[in-house]
Amino acid sequence: MPPRILKSPAEPAALLPDHFKAWFAARGWSPRAHQLALLEKAREDRSALLIAPTGAGKTLAGFLPTLVELSSVPKASAKMASAKSVVSTGRTLQRAGGLHTLYISPLKALAVDIARNLERPVAEMELPIKIQTRTGDTPTSRRQRQRRYPPDILLTTPEQLALLLSSDDAPFLFSSLRRIVLDELHALVTSKRGDLLSLGLARLWRLAPQMRAIGLSATVAEPELLARFLVPQPGGQEAAADIVIASGAAPPLVEMMDTRERLPWAGHSARHALPEIYELIKANKTTLVFVNTRSQAEMLFQNLWSMNDDNLAIALHHGSLDVAQRRKVEDAMSAGRLRGVVCTSSLDLGVDWGDVDLVVNIGAPKGSSRLMQRIGRANHRLDEASRAVLVPANRFEVLECRVAIDAIAENAQDTPPLRIGALDVLAQHVLGCACGEPFFSDELYDEVRTAAPYADLTRQDFDDVVDFVASGGYALKTYERFARIKQDKEGRWRVANPKVRQSYRMNVGTIVEDDMLKVRLVRSRGGGQGKAGGSTGVIARGGRLLGEIEEAFIEGLSPGDTFVFSGEVVRYETLVEDQVYVSRANDKDPKVPSYMGGKFPLSTYLAERVRRLLDDGRAWGALPEQVRDWLSLQKDVSRVPAVRELLVESFPRANKHYIVCYPFEGRLAHQTLGMLLTRRLERARARPLGFVANEYAIAVWALGDLSFMIRDGRIDLDALFDPDMLGDDLEAWLAESALMKRTFRNCAIISGLIARRHTGEEKSRRQVLFSTDLVYDVLRKHQADHVLLRAARADAATGLLDLRRLSDMLTRIQGRITHRELDRVSPLAVPVMLEIGRESVYGEAGDELLAEAADELVKEAMG
Amino acid sequence: MTTGALVSGDIEDMRVSNVSISGVTFAADLSGALFWEEQRLLVVSDLHLEKGSSFAVRGVLLPPYDTLATLGRLAAVISRHDPRIVIALGDSFHDRTAHERLSAEDRDAMAALRIGRDWIWISGNHDPMLPGDLGGTVADEVAIGPITFRHEPTGACGEIAGHLHPKARVSARGRSMERRCFVSDGMRAVMPAFGAYAGGLSIRDAAFAKIFPKNGFVAHLLGDRRVHAIAASRCS
Repeated sequence: MPPRILKSPAEPAALLPDHFKAWFAARGWSPRAHQLALLEKAREDRSALLIAPTGAGKTLAGFLPTLVELSSVPKASAKMASAKSVVSTGRTLQRAGGLHTLYISPLKALAVDIARNLERPVAEMELPIKIQTRTGDTPTSRRQRQRRYPPDILLTTPEQLALLLSSDDAPFLFSSLRRIVLDELHALVTSKRGDLLSLGLARLWRLAPQMRAIGLSATVAEPELLARFLVPQPGGQEAAADIVIASGAAPPLVEMMDTRERLPWAGHSARHALPEIYELIKANKTTLVFVNTRSQAEMLFQNLWSMNDDNLAIALHHGSLDVAQRRKVEDAMSAGRLRGVVCTSSLDLGVDWGDVDLVVNIGAPKGSSRLMQRIGRANHRLDEASRAVLVPANRFEVLECRVAIDAIAENAQDTPPLRIGALDVLAQHVLGCACGEPFFSDELYDEVRTAAPYADLTRQDFDDVVDFVASGGYALKTYERFARIKQDKEGRWRVANPKVRQSYRMNVGTIVEDDMLKVRLVRSRGGGQGKAGGSTGVIARGGRLLGEIEEAFIEGLSPGDTFVFSGEVVRYETLVEDQVYVSRANDKDPKVPSYMGGKFPLSTYLAERVRRLLDDGRAWGALPEQVRDWLSLQKDVSRVPAVRELLVESFPRANKHYIVCYPFEGRLAHQTLGMLLTRRLERARARPLGFVANEYAIAVWALGDLSFMIRDGRIDLDALFDPDMLGDDLEAWLAESALMKRTFRNCAIISGLIARRHTGEEKSRRQVLFSTDLVYDVLRKHQADHVLLRAARADAATGLLDLRRLSDMLTRIQGRITHRELDRVSPLAVPVMLEIGRESVYGEAGDELLAEAADELVKEAMG
Repeated sequence: MTTGALVSGDIEDMRVSNVSISGVTFAADLSGALFWEEQRLLVVSDLHLEKGSSFAVRGVLLPPYDTLATLGRLAAVISRHDPRIVIALGDSFHDRTAHERLSAEDRDAMAALRIGRDWIWISGNHDPMLPGDLGGTVADEVAIGPITFRHEPTGACGEIAGHLHPKARVSARGRSMERRCFVSDGMRAVMPAFGAYAGGLSIRDAAFAKIFPKNGFVAHLLGDRRVHAIAASRCS
């Protein structure tokens, strides 16, 4: 932990009532310093952010102030604390009793689990406290009762909070609120759910000014920023909650697997290390094996199972498995019946797992904080070090693992900075507000800015959002008569009709799922390649359900293509509605082997450390011999890039010409850069044919002699990589980019332009009566500064296109490009070159794809 | 292997490619229109004007620029070919009252397009009762030589229809691209929708199998710079 010493709190005696002390003592515990610190903060009427590792008793710490306060309420009046004791104070309702504490969790399973855990101390101390959960699964009748007769403590999710706030009786329900506890805050604030939550908080601060917040978080890079989230921001200056840092966690023991095998050049499967991973599971009581993608999880699980001669209880856990299946694994895990679980980020958060004694992380760690949180899953006792083994799947990942281990040793955090509140989320919130009490724009603007992510929201943006919610926000004012919210004579905004309110309720939330298709295994109709398509009669319907897969991935396949799913190589047969039919393929190597290289790119911080490691030959001593040799060879035949420079290599290979560069900025930024470089090379008449990007490098290939063109000055590398590519070139590309269109679609859904659900049923993509891609095209041409396009652009800066990172990189390397002209591929270039044809270029395709298919027709016609 | 087609810098845009229907050669325009050179006749189908405001009436506030966008593209293709006759092949308006919601500017733009040429509005299922004041002629179908123009395809020989909004997807090596397309088997054709907000129906849908009895029909996909003829069996 950082050297931030917690001020010793006041006497525990003064903070803890006797029956609490007795309860702690009876269990052989004594209250931890940070638990007492939170009690003290509560007594001082301060909001607080608790930073603590897993296993530190974080949850109990968060609830202790509430339990103590509620236990000191005389029993008689606690019993009376029901809706009957409502006292009207004129403007709002004040109540004795009523809802005291609200707990918000990112996972509904976690809310349910915490409720169960809380019941124990409450029952054992016989505290007069009513605890309830409210999630999407809570029956309507119970939800209604909760609003009328609120419990003392309500555990729920950000979406449910938004729903409660949009109801007429929100003032009644929340006016008594004393405290809000925000769990896993570090995870919540990185997404639009965090934006939604912050706006909910802003509303609560107005309804219940006496409310204080407790945030519970894993260690983050800038706790001071996170602490702002918990208190209302007074315009112009910054305010933050007090920070309490739990001490005492033993530093984790992390090592890199030193494989006996040859380290692969590329790929992410870590297949070479399977026997060693299996041995680790065998040697430990319970091992969590983390991988970065679902397909990796599938593949690894299958492989481990095939070598499981000892019949070890090994299970699989990832997001697209059936919920019941996942629940079963979780239960078996809690009961200590499992020796190993292969999992994805689906287990990054949440329920405590009891006795995990080893975490194995396969592949790139991506970020230091992320890795530390994963490793923390093995930390069930604070005073014992968690143990972890990192298994790099290729040579570059060895570098990444090496610097991640160093970063952990220094406890260096690289969580992303706080988000700037998204405008599409604000639009949803504004509509929600109008569904409750009517609002004045001036008042709501001031309220919204008390939320930290929206503290710097301009009045213009706010007004544009309100205008958008009302009548679409179009420069062409033709929809006034169809407005969804309208101003009354006093200027208050209210919903125009009950249907608007109903639609809001059904569509609240910021999680837009990818369109998923069900994958079913059927028997092949044999040689169906080529003449495939709509003739579905031949495929037997039904078939065993293997799981779900992204529609976008399937769209890239032709019938007959093979890919890995559910641990085996399958052949794509056909698509009927939302069912993908596949058959077993006998191929060893799938034609389209991987999908979605991983959702999270390499963190900027680790990237910087990797560049430093490369630049510092003395540090290579800490690397495995194979990797050292690889780098030394690179130094001999080309150059190892220095910290600040961008190395560009050019070389010919098999009638084509390549340039490879090494920005180390992660796949997302590289993909965007690859698209833009290709456009520029096209303009320079270098006749580029394609590119491939991985986490570390980009390779572009062309018909033109790139080395010669660079030598000749026809390609000026400084100009090629000039940040001005983020101007017109980017604009032109964004017009067509499938990723940008997907980003826009998400904004359109979250902002409420398009409803996901209509009275009861989820609208499937196939039933949508218009395409958001077409809407995007039209809006872009006719009102490029529309608030939804601004929202989509803001997303593109950090999301799928990672534009901000690309822009920072281009600025950093200006004037620092080093070119090496080579006669063949360099050692450092091998990994990315190997990905050509293996990795699909996600989403984008152009006329050449169509031309190719047209050529086939010509060939067919010519016999 | 990827071919050099990406290299467009040196190549002229090929805005049209020929499609033969019942012995008549049409130019399939990249915009989604068909042009009959001999007759100087231009056909566009499924404009779906005022689809945006049609949704707005029901509370979905789509950008109100679709009519403007559609008419802009129509103006461009008309100025490129300077036709003597224009046929709007049905579903020109998204609903029965759509023409009442046209802005004055859009009305003027439409009038300007009609100057110096005959205009035939063919009625479709979205606009079965076209008003008399649109300018031009209103008809259920038009026959010229061996060719019949009507909105809903019946599969008859020499028929050019719309209604189905054909689109096709071509995939290769994990990449894919979906575009609007003309569909033809040499005897009949279905045109792509021209309207900015008009969606699409995959040519693998059973509706197309009914119209093109043989399996060997061809999709003419509207690419970025040219129209590509691709076997329907190659599309998904």
